Amino acid sequence: MQFGIFSVSDITRDPVSGETPSEAERIDAIVQIAEKAEEVGLDVFAIGEHHNPPFFSSAPTTLLSHIAAKTKKLIVSTATTLITTNDPVRIAEEYAMLQHLAKGRMDLMLGRGNTAPVYPWFGADIRQSLPLALENYNLLHRLWREDVVDWEGKFRTPLQGFTSTPRPLDDLPPFVWHGSIRTPEIAEQAAFYGDGFFANNIFWPKEHYIRLIEFYRQRYAHYGHGTEKQAIVGLGGQAYIAKRSQDAVKEFRPYFNEAPVYGHGPRMEDFMEQTPLSVGSPQEVIDKTLTFREHFGDYQRQMFLMDHAGLPLKTVLNQLDLLGEEVVPVLRKEIEARQDPETAKPPTHAGRVKDKYGDGPVRQPKPNANRGDNVTGGSPYQDSR
Amino acid sequence: MGQNFQLVVVSAGTSDPSSTRLLADRVAGRVTTLAGKRAHTVGTTVVELRELATEIANALVSNHIGPKLRNAIATLQRADGIVASTPVYKAGASGLLTSFFQILDNDLLIAKPVVLAATAGTARHALVVDDQMRGLFAYLRTVVVPTSLFASTEDWQDNGLNKRIDRAALELVALMTSGFEKTVRDESWGSYQHEYGSAGGTELTIDLDSDLMRLAAGGGAG
Repeated sequence: MQFGIFSVSDITRDPVSGETPSEAERIDAIVQIAEKAEEVGLDVFAIGEHHNPPFFSSAPTTLLSHIAAKTKKLIVSTATTLITTNDPVRIAEEYAMLQHLAKGRMDLMLGRGNTAPVYPWFGADIRQSLPLALENYNLLHRLWREDVVDWEGKFRTPLQGFTSTPRPLDDLPPFVWHGSIRTPEIAEQAAFYGDGFFANNIFWPKEHYIRLIEFYRQRYAHYGHGTEKQAIVGLGGQAYIAKRSQDAVKEFRPYFNEAPVYGHGPRMEDFMEQTPLSVGSPQEVIDKTLTFREHFGDYQRQMFLMDHAGLPLKTVLNQLDLLGEEVVPVLRKEIEARQDPETAKPPTHAGRVKDKYGDGPVRQPKPNANRGDNVTGGSPYQDSR
Repeated sequence: MGQNFQLVVVSAGTSDPSSTRLLADRVAGRVTTLAGKRAHTVGTTVVELRELATEIANALVSNHIGPKLRNAIATLQRADGIVASTPVYKAGASGLLTSFFQILDNDLLIAKPVVLAATAGTARHALVVDDQMRGLFAYLRTVVVPTSLFASTEDWQDNGLNKRIDRAALELVALMTSGFEKTVRDESWGSYQHEYGSAGGTELTIDLDSDLMRLAAGGGAG
């Protein structure tokens, strides 16, 4: 099982100090947070995508390639990449490039985005959000698997003889998670392609996305990718940890009370009782996180939201120490002991190369010479017929 | 053969006892009596919105549905008839009532029969039910009985109010016993708009035979 952190990239006033970090400070901080994630033994760092203040992460692949360069083992990912407002051609190119630079230590999670004004900024229509997401991914899926793509759809100009470059590292497309909590079509698409399915798990009641994950598992098996238990599931969660439970509650409360999503709303105690939020000692966070697999079945990736709501960098780094040193090692051990042996391994580049090629040669596409017209035609690579 | 009906009273009255609740209880009592004459029984559940005020406010600002609210939603889900009663403030229904109904899934109350009732300190508010509340309940695709109930201070001494309560109660009984909701839901539930998990978390059917599902499985946009 993989453990990691995901960030929304919000730049939020610290309600305790009253200070709002500058964009420069917050961007510096996120790089330190990602490096810390690796240092404390976490597996994954993921960043969101937003195109309006108070968020900074408009260019996730730029950030993630920088983080990949500064780390050795960490998998960099997104939470989420907008499959609606980004041209799938650009996603294919940018994330393949990231995959090369990160030497395969990356994947991505696709989401639709629910901020209505963003759509027209990128020439899209939110009323078409779902068909747009589905069609864009159908194209993205082909761009990473076929050297030359002819394509025609409803939402973008047709492609004729298009080759997305660079080809994925080792000719193995990046692993894709599809994020959704209440859209069966997204679960269906994830299942159809044998991709991962991620539920952000921030809000409960959880019953309907328990059912959606079950649906994804059934359809994953239906399409012949493996058994229901072998489907690839990821979950979010959020925690604030202190050695002593009462300190965690005291320290986190002002941040909870003014958090952008649920602040000025429910009492923190009610929210803790009724949602996956854990605020407490390492043992309390462990106990709560261990209940997730009882609800959703064994899964491959657990992500925590740790750096939001104006928490200062120093606190976030301290949180990561506690998460990495006192929570995750216990969770790894406990989950390994309880996990169904049929459960799929979490996706890694090395594991997927092995699945695709076994011990055989790994394809490394080498392009043919430019014929002078910048159009490579039907066989752009030396090994393609 | 007699049937058992579930009647849910939703009251936005804030004092105890409140005239808003009293008005709703009078309707519920008459509904029980009139249904009884037809050999039916009625079980009445009361949702006091006052007790849900914090959770309603939380749901409005954070989408978080607390346990009491979830319980109220489940109660309404099972209702065969609803009596919604509110005080009038500043020429409008109490925000407590409108906020509560605004939180509900659009398809939770489709085809359910409803009596609307309001209380006020002055007869000048008399048209609040017909002019304002009906629109909200029309949006929710409920079927509101023709007689609206309104009680200002002086109405409590006027036998006309009792007559109107009788009328509204009979209209509700007629709609409940006609099987209107069942017919609509059985035969055309699918033609209303739903989201996965809507209708209070019960709308969980997944239609694999749709254009979007075909698109999800790699097909053309159609």
